[in-house]
Amino acid sequence: MSAIAFPTPDAGILARREQILAGLSALVSPGALITSDDERRPYETDALTAYRRMPLAVVLPSTTEEVAAVLRYCGDQGVPVIPRGSGTSLSGGAIPQEDAVVIGVSKMSRILEIDYANRVARVQAGVTNLAVTGAVSAEGFFYAPDPSSQLACSIGGNIGMNSGGAHCLKYGVTTNNVLGVKMVMLDGSIVEIGGGHLDSPGYDLLGLMNGSEGQLGIITEATVRILRSAEGARPVLFGFPTSEQAGAAVAAIIGAGIIPVAMEFMDKPAIEICEAFAKAGYPMDCGALLIIEVEGSDDEMDAQLARIVAIAREHGVTTVKESKSAMEAAAIWKGRKSAFGATGRIADYICMDGTIPTGQLPYVLKRMDEIVKGYGLRVANVFHAGDGNLHPLILYNCNDPVEAQKAEDAGMDILKLCVEVGGCLTGEHGVGIEKRDLMTFQFNPEDLAQQMRVRAVFDERWLLNPAKVFPLEGRVAA
Amino acid sequence: MTIHTPTTEAQACAVVKSVIGSATPLSIRGGGTRAGLGRPAQAASTISSAGLSGITLYEPAEMVIAARAGTPLALVQETLADRGQMLPFEPMDHRALFGSEGEPTIGAIAACNISGPRRVNAGAARDSLIGVRLINGRGEMIKSGGRVMKNVTGLDLVKLVSGSHGTLGFLTEVTFRVLPKPAAIATLQWRGLSDVQGVALLSQALGSPFEPMAAAHLPAGLAGDEALTLLRLENFPDSIEYRAGELALLLGEYGVPDRLEGEHSAGLWRDVRDATFFAGTNEAVWRLSLKPTDGPKAATAIGRMLPGARWFYDWGGGLVWLAMPVDGDAAAVRTALKPLGGHATLVRAPDAVRAAVDVFQPLAEPLMRVTAGIKKSFDPDGIFEPGRMYAGI
Repeated sequence: MSAIAFPTPDAGILARREQILAGLSALVSPGALITSDDERRPYETDALTAYRRMPLAVVLPSTTEEVAAVLRYCGDQGVPVIPRGSGTSLSGGAIPQEDAVVIGVSKMSRILEIDYANRVARVQAGVTNLAVTGAVSAEGFFYAPDPSSQLACSIGGNIGMNSGGAHCLKYGVTTNNVLGVKMVMLDGSIVEIGGGHLDSPGYDLLGLMNGSEGQLGIITEATVRILRSAEGARPVLFGFPTSEQAGAAVAAIIGAGIIPVAMEFMDKPAIEICEAFAKAGYPMDCGALLIIEVEGSDDEMDAQLARIVAIAREHGVTTVKESKSAMEAAAIWKGRKSAFGATGRIADYICMDGTIPTGQLPYVLKRMDEIVKGYGLRVANVFHAGDGNLHPLILYNCNDPVEAQKAEDAGMDILKLCVEVGGCLTGEHGVGIEKRDLMTFQFNPEDLAQQMRVRAVFDERWLLNPAKVFPLEGRVAA
Repeated sequence: MTIHTPTTEAQACAVVKSVIGSATPLSIRGGGTRAGLGRPAQAASTISSAGLSGITLYEPAEMVIAARAGTPLALVQETLADRGQMLPFEPMDHRALFGSEGEPTIGAIAACNISGPRRVNAGAARDSLIGVRLINGRGEMIKSGGRVMKNVTGLDLVKLVSGSHGTLGFLTEVTFRVLPKPAAIATLQWRGLSDVQGVALLSQALGSPFEPMAAAHLPAGLAGDEALTLLRLENFPDSIEYRAGELALLLGEYGVPDRLEGEHSAGLWRDVRDATFFAGTNEAVWRLSLKPTDGPKAATAIGRMLPGARWFYDWGGGLVWLAMPVDGDAAAVRTALKPLGGHATLVRAPDAVRAAVDVFQPLAEPLMRVTAGIKKSFDPDGIFEPGRMYAGI
């Protein structure tokens, strides 16, 4: 695939490579600067592997001060910078370009402070999402956002993309769970926004940083909310004959005043793929599956489930399967969370991430099927049903360039459909390079110019992650 | 003084365009009940949202409501209540504290990021605000966010606008996510605890699996002669029964709690939400946001420096509402906060005081530079609410 354009590398920067490398090596500890072809190669791309570019160099600082020194140097030299967490972006948010220095925070992976009384943890940006929960789970606490890549993805990357997950229906996304950041600005100044308290003073710069995709600065530390886990949690499988019935059941559950901690939807192709991989015991004779998780004491879960089952029965549910043990519960979630990996076993796929108003679900499912069939391809759907965040997986063969292009075109058509029905291009994966050129479908020129003017306050020369989020044409500096 | 009352977004754009370059800045008015927030306004004319009223979208099954900025908050709340739903963040009503009249608007809730006791668990207004439409200082109609709750498309200008006190633009429409109203509500009340004990109780409860939705401590003399420590449970009745029992057990060392329901419970929380304990006095009123366990430390330090100061705690101790003699030393508040972190906002004081004192916490130099830059990026000519948050911005 080569549909998405990259900026032409700055020949002047490429010509000065040796000099720039020498400058960088003076700023960081030995081993932090990566220059050889072999060692740079893992940083060519992220989880959007169809696109790759070899960066000028990679720096892996160990301290905020090192990040500051490198950023100041790159700013002075006019060298583009690509911030990188763990490189799990599905939208190409961490894909470099030939004239850019990658600054990765993977070595900054320490948990700095856990404060149970105040329910916060202070961590370095390279700590993985799951490691935060791992550090506090013995005391019964957890960190709520849980993207499927949580074993690998970093807190810094989560903030950059404002990551979500399966449980945000109740607990919110990253922006609702981060109370403070330490960050380095392009001029090398180190600032702290927020902290262990609620609601920062002044403009909500913390809110602005969440989802800014590395375009405003580099986050090196974060203070996050940790929450006490419920006494118990139980995922339950609900099989419905059709997607429409499953969708109607979701609306009815919410309408009855019940907010389960998670409501995940899978269509028939997704059920078959995930069951073949995870052996989770998913019912194979239904057209759509909901995984609904309830929380609380055993009695509370029984009571809530009874309410949910009654509603599901009104909507034609054919299978209700409760997890009877922790192992069964884990298997149910394993099937869902490995949906992408399981799909990857049978075909190449691209994963889309649009959000729609949930009332539009039946129409959108039908239209998506038509769109993908129109290109002669197949689609499997998994998504967060409570909040309308879709993840259609378009299956194709990446060795066939024509089919690859068709898959990408089908994906773009689906995202346009999401916007048309009142939704948006991306619910949790970010714009990156993938959806950059569709931004004009969701925003008019004034909307985009206002965003770009805010961006320019932090970086008027477009050095920070420059090829991302905004179309390459018509960029506004100030 | 001119008051512009546009009835369409196009008219509002025209009003803004008409004042560009004329050196007549605009103050923004919703219901006028919170005009005392921030530094005293310095604008010669006013643009009112009174002509932009009405709910534009309500989908109970999608838990989303959108309304024009001038829509009375009460109408939004009644509309939601009719379908068993509510705004998640329990917005404060400033009328008691300011002695103001009029109808609060939904636009001001977004513009000033107004939350209440539920904030500790369910997030602030900014956490539920998912979309805005506003007119920037160039007279352009700008939208950000939308009507879906998961949306990371582009920079989150919704957050920037929320809590900007009108300095970035004139809001015309706002969209919030909403939640089901709980089936039942009950308050557990412990008596006679010290500030430190009270906040320790709240911390322990908020760190338990029993999900208190609000957590406050009222020192003696505010709501009766005894100190009251309050936890509010919201749930299905069977869950409230169970959780109240578990919490009483968990917190047994603090004594046996009273159980309050109905108007007794609701009235107390209304007083906490609206800080009515400080209504009708001429004290200066501050809000301190800090780590919950630092709440009593800050309050005690300030109490030592300013005899006569009174306070209470919301958000599990993390929000200290403080009233002090109006001629008291404002610097003492921020001095007390310095070693602890967090920030302080002067909520109520005569105009002369609010013009002389930093109403909002001063920012570090690089962040102040960013703040000035963001203001300029929305409002290059400084049309909206000049100086409302910081002098010169």
